[in-house]
Amino acid sequence: MLENYLNIGLRSIFVDNMIFAYFLGMCSYLAVSKKIGTAVGLGAAVTFVLLMTVPLNWLAYNYVIKEGALVWLNDLGVSKEFADFSTVNLEVLKFIVFIAVVAAFVQLTEMAVEKLSPSLYNALGIFLPLIAVNCSILGAALFLPGKEFSFGQSAVYGASSGIGWFLAVVALAAIREKLSYSDVPKPLRGLGITFITVGLMAFAFLSFIGFKIPFGVE
Amino acid sequence: MSTETQAVENVEVKEREPLFSKKNRKLINNPLDADNPITVQVLGVCSALAVTVSLIPTLVMCISVLFVLIFSNLAISVMRNVIPGRIRIIVQLLVVATLVAIVDQVLQAYAYDVYKLITVFVGLIITNCIIMGRLEAFALANKPWPAFLDAVGNGLGYAVILIPVAFFRELFGSGSLLGINILGENYPGNGVMMSPVGACIVLGLIIWFQRARNGYTEEA
Repeated sequence: MLENYLNIGLRSIFVDNMIFAYFLGMCSYLAVSKKIGTAVGLGAAVTFVLLMTVPLNWLAYNYVIKEGALVWLNDLGVSKEFADFSTVNLEVLKFIVFIAVVAAFVQLTEMAVEKLSPSLYNALGIFLPLIAVNCSILGAALFLPGKEFSFGQSAVYGASSGIGWFLAVVALAAIREKLSYSDVPKPLRGLGITFITVGLMAFAFLSFIGFKIPFGVE
Repeated sequence: MSTETQAVENVEVKEREPLFSKKNRKLINNPLDADNPITVQVLGVCSALAVTVSLIPTLVMCISVLFVLIFSNLAISVMRNVIPGRIRIIVQLLVVATLVAIVDQVLQAYAYDVYKLITVFVGLIITNCIIMGRLEAFALANKPWPAFLDAVGNGLGYAVILIPVAFFRELFGSGSLLGINILGENYPGNGVMMSPVGACIVLGLIIWFQRARNGYTEEA
């Protein structure tokens, strides 16, 4: 059980890294990685939102969207003559449901943080609206149907995907801070060299693919 | 003095401008090069890197993005005066998500092989920053016709970068183009080009080339 969680965690931090394996959340990744401070702020916010929304979307998928997922309505007492929910399949709506969950959660968090902790709001506030449209949040939700996780596994998956993103953004910010002292050809400055750096970092992360986790299934 | 200039400006605004006036042509031309959504504004990068392993999924992706961009820009532009400011992001996301659900269903029905490859990335069109960016920056403040042109321009600007990236990655990665073998049976294939690493490096080089040509530089 614990080994299984550890396996999912390590896999999604290193092997299936959101940035280096799937390139999710690249826009904000490139935008905030100029300074380590802002990178840490956004990384923390992404990790928190992933940790919360992936299990929420797991619930939405398994109890509302999936074929036959609404069968609990029959169990609760809605008669089968009225509607037989075991054949209902709402896969068509999954995009709308997932993005609504993410956007609503981000909005609620922003309001709650603003109310409860103004200092935290000042540190993280500007990043929160950005996160609703961060591909890695929706991407993690869209990977869920293919993975057949349990609820606990989905929470571990969300958290460790976030940690992977956090590591990637802080690492790139550190490199870019150093890079500003080096003499890069003019047209390559900024975005161009950043892409090549990310490519080389992804190269390094490729080596984790052959990595065997000692107590894992694989 | 100041009232005079104001009056002149008002008259200018009231004049009907031709459908393809200089200003409107700019809406299409600018995103193709000088104001490109990917290489200059740095938006919509996720899918640019992820789907470009080969040409066919890339073309499908470009068409899907163009479709969603045009219709969401039109829809938001039509509704721009009735959307309350505080919840506009959610309204925009829902408009885009509905359009993406349509694209997803159409692909599933008519192009299942490609659909299997890019299904997650079609879903991610919802959070494609190009679309959100154009809705926020342009459609919310402009009439439907300029919004339509802006969408066409940015959609094509996206395709103009993606297609070369996919061209080089497919050619050097698997030695073929559009699935047809080009470099001969003996070409061993290049794992780096097939992997995300290749995408980053090819895109970096394309940016280098483009900026060397048009002289755009940024301080970093």
